[in-house]
Amino acid sequence: MIALIGLLIGVALGLLLQPDVPIWLQPYLPIAIVAALDAMFGGLRARLEGVFDEKVFVVSFVGNTVIAALIVLLGDQLGVGSQLSTGVVVVLGIRIFANVAGIRRKLFGA
Amino acid sequence: MSAAQDPHRDRPLDESGDGTAGADGDGPWEEPAGLRGLLPLLRPGGWRGQLAVGLLCLLLGFAVVVQVRSFDRDTTFATARQDELVGVLSDLGQRSERLRGDIRELEDTKAELERDAEGGTALKEARERATAYGLLAGTLPAEGPGIEMVINDPGGGVRAVDLLDALQELRDAGAEVVQINDVRAGVDTYFIDTGRGIVCDERVLTAPYRFLAIGDPHTMTTALNIPGGLVKTVQGAGATVLINPRAKVTVGAVRSP
Repeated sequence: MIALIGLLIGVALGLLLQPDVPIWLQPYLPIAIVAALDAMFGGLRARLEGVFDEKVFVVSFVGNTVIAALIVLLGDQLGVGSQLSTGVVVVLGIRIFANVAGIRRKLFGA
Repeated sequence: MSAAQDPHRDRPLDESGDGTAGADGDGPWEEPAGLRGLLPLLRPGGWRGQLAVGLLCLLLGFAVVVQVRSFDRDTTFATARQDELVGVLSDLGQRSERLRGDIRELEDTKAELERDAEGGTALKEARERATAYGLLAGTLPAEGPGIEMVINDPGGGVRAVDLLDALQELRDAGAEVVQINDVRAGVDTYFIDTGRGIVCDERVLTAPYRFLAIGDPHTMTTALNIPGGLVKTVQGAGATVLINPRAKVTVGAVRSP
């Protein structure tokens, strides 16, 4: 419940404040968002399966975003930033699909 | 915290595929909860944990919206490479420089026109413009730096399309006034192959074809001589080409208005 309210408040804040993404954050924010989405779907699925734990969620959320951003940073330093970003997005996308599949199975049994 | 509780580790990735994988899945089969299964999620649980989760979700929603909006704003140059951006920038710089020059000229003209009560300057301006348009339309004789190009065609291998290429190449290279033999080229000049030879604007052209073009001699010579360009094509047809840059080319032929 609080998560849903937080999500809505966040969207509303973003729409109201319309802040600019700082230059130094621009390469990392999209990847971090995908990582966070993965963590969120994972949390939702864990909740549905009854194994949800706030601490795990917070740690995985923060850890995922930070590691995703670090990988992109490392890629930029090595000169393969765009390829590594693509790789990270593909891996996270697969995980999101897996999590959504779990959610779907829990909810609809299909 | 055991690994089994990690939301991402408790199941392998093999469920990411098609929807049929779930029906015979590896986990214990449970009665599907349907959309009602979502309802318990809305019940508040432990306060602190819930609050942290809510905060993170707030952050996520905020970040998503910010990112989407910033990406919406500028997609034109975000994906361009560095050298493209440099090219665009220098193009813009040149254009603004040119436009600034135009502004200066127009302001000078405006000042002169304002000072001049009798209309002398206006008349002069109008005459200058009439001369410029007359040169472009081909109704006035012209004189200036340019080139003379002679295409000797003893074998008769040159076609109308070659002469048209020559004219277009000269125009592309900045020729303002062009004369072919005794025909002044205009906007509607054409070339046709006929039994009598090549007809240009209702007059028969006979070899050698002599082009007089006024413009930058160096640019035009370079343009005609590029590998695979006009000179090579015409030479391939058995003709010879002579190009003379000249400080003064006189174009005497005119078109009837």
